[in-house]
Amino acid sequence: MPEMTRARPGTMRLLDAVKYRLPLAGVVSILHRASGLLMFALLPFVIWLFDTSISSEISYETFASAFVVGLGVVPGWGIKLVVLALIWAFLHHLIAGVRHVWMDATHSVSKAQGHSSAVFTLVASVLLTVALGAKLFGLY
Amino acid sequence: MTVNHGSKRVVVGAHYGLRDWLSQRVTAVLMALFTLVLVVQVLMPGPMGYDKWAGIFAAQWMKVLTFVVFVSLAWHAWVGMRDIWMDYVKPVGTRLALQVATLVWLVGCTGWAVQVLWRL
Repeated sequence: MPEMTRARPGTMRLLDAVKYRLPLAGVVSILHRASGLLMFALLPFVIWLFDTSISSEISYETFASAFVVGLGVVPGWGIKLVVLALIWAFLHHLIAGVRHVWMDATHSVSKAQGHSSAVFTLVASVLLTVALGAKLFGLY
Repeated sequence: MTVNHGSKRVVVGAHYGLRDWLSQRVTAVLMALFTLVLVVQVLMPGPMGYDKWAGIFAAQWMKVLTFVVFVSLAWHAWVGMRDIWMDYVKPVGTRLALQVATLVWLVGCTGWAVQVLWRL
């Protein structure tokens, strides 16, 4: 028994965890968490965007100019990058969430289904982010 | 399953996560439907600008719907952030402090959003 206790690896540290190769479903899972955390952290910025964009025509000008001339010490492209990160976080979180509900509703919980829906989630969220990001940066 | 209260209460097993699981999905579906409603209105014909954007949120039903979604968002984020703190932060005092800070953050943001909605 004492030997067994000694043989236990103990609490896994992040350093140990990164040695494992995550399957794509695991990548989607940790990104689901990371994107949620990012949106939680930036929630006041999102409400600031909502506030300035909607309160009056004068505040709308402030909102629009933040993307051009910046806000305080942050340049316009910096604001756009933060908004781009928010767009990705929202899309990934939304699609990964729909994936969860789909799995719950249809019992699609096999390894193969988990893999293919994970690929779909990653591809769809990145493609939509690129499409909206191109609009954000004025490419079309 | 015999006595399950008082000192005999079973504190592990099924159902203890059911409420969080269900509320996470209900709030998520509400937010997804709201996203759809908003996207449809944004894609309606007409140039995008202040008038159209503010017009979308001028209708009382849209204000009420947006308010419900903000409450859903706070609830949803609370469940998610609580999971994150429970997974990664083990000292009870630090975890409690982070959970309280999370609630303050979310309630504060919701209050601000409500103010924005109804002063229009």
